[in-house]
Amino acid sequence: MARLNVNPTRMELKKLKARLATAVRGHKLLKDKSDEMVRRFTVILREDKRLRGEVESELSETLKQFSVARSVTPSYSAETAFAMPTVAVKADCDTQSIMGVDVPKIELSEEVRSEGLPYAFSEITSEADYSVSKISALLPRLLKLAEVEKAVRLLADEIERNKRRVNALEYIMIPQLEETIKYIRDKLDENERAAVVRLMKVKGNAQ
Amino acid sequence: MTGSMAIVGDGDSIMIFKAAGVATFPASDEKSAREILRRVAADYKIIFITEELARPLGEFLKRFDESPYPVILPIPSGKGSTGYGDELLKTAMERALGVDILSHSENQAKKQGN
Repeated sequence: MARLNVNPTRMELKKLKARLATAVRGHKLLKDKSDEMVRRFTVILREDKRLRGEVESELSETLKQFSVARSVTPSYSAETAFAMPTVAVKADCDTQSIMGVDVPKIELSEEVRSEGLPYAFSEITSEADYSVSKISALLPRLLKLAEVEKAVRLLADEIERNKRRVNALEYIMIPQLEETIKYIRDKLDENERAAVVRLMKVKGNAQ
Repeated sequence: MTGSMAIVGDGDSIMIFKAAGVATFPASDEKSAREILRRVAADYKIIFITEELARPLGEFLKRFDESPYPVILPIPSGKGSTGYGDELLKTAMERALGVDILSHSENQAKKQGN
């Protein structure tokens, strides 16, 4: 391990000792942070996995049902039936902090719903009504999934970054400081011994 | 802070979302989907995209992972799930933890079942 390029003086030794203490402390803190983040991450990951399974199966089912409903209707009339949505959904978008990482917090907020379905009953079959209501019911969970999945990705990024910091401290910074401190100490000791020997010689010559 | 939702996908799969009040943007291939995403990313907070389109755009979608919003969520289309969502989950997990904890616990559950 390369040592830092510093002068072997008492001043530098003092400075480096302070830096080493900070580095060790920082390393411990970051390691604790990493542990806690991983714990949270696994919890969210499991939830995401479960939610995605649910939503995916329901969504594909609904979409299949809808395509059946659509196939018995001429495509132009299906398109005109769905051309004018009467519902407008809005989501409450906020952020919350998980271990200092900002993750989205989404809630279905306002739903401007007019009466019934957005088309006339004569335009399309009743299966479509069913799938439309099912999709509307699925929306809150889709939003939850969006929130959780984004949290997973953001947390994964942060954990990776944090791990890199911990490793940099543990394997580069701290050994480097330790080695430099040892080098300065050796050098200072050497100087001291040299001074003693010189004094003894000078005294010997004087006599 | 309120935001609206949008969906990008092929015509058939997204029509039903329109009835539920989600803004729809039909895109037939990845190129037009990329254009649309670039256009709407600032206006919509939550954007659903069908897995068929999300898969080739994987690299492009990564740039949205930097900030909390917009959230871009791949969802299965009418043709059924392709498992892309699970794949994304797995890469995130492996990047963060270095191991696959989900399938491991499933295997254990299976072993215990036996």
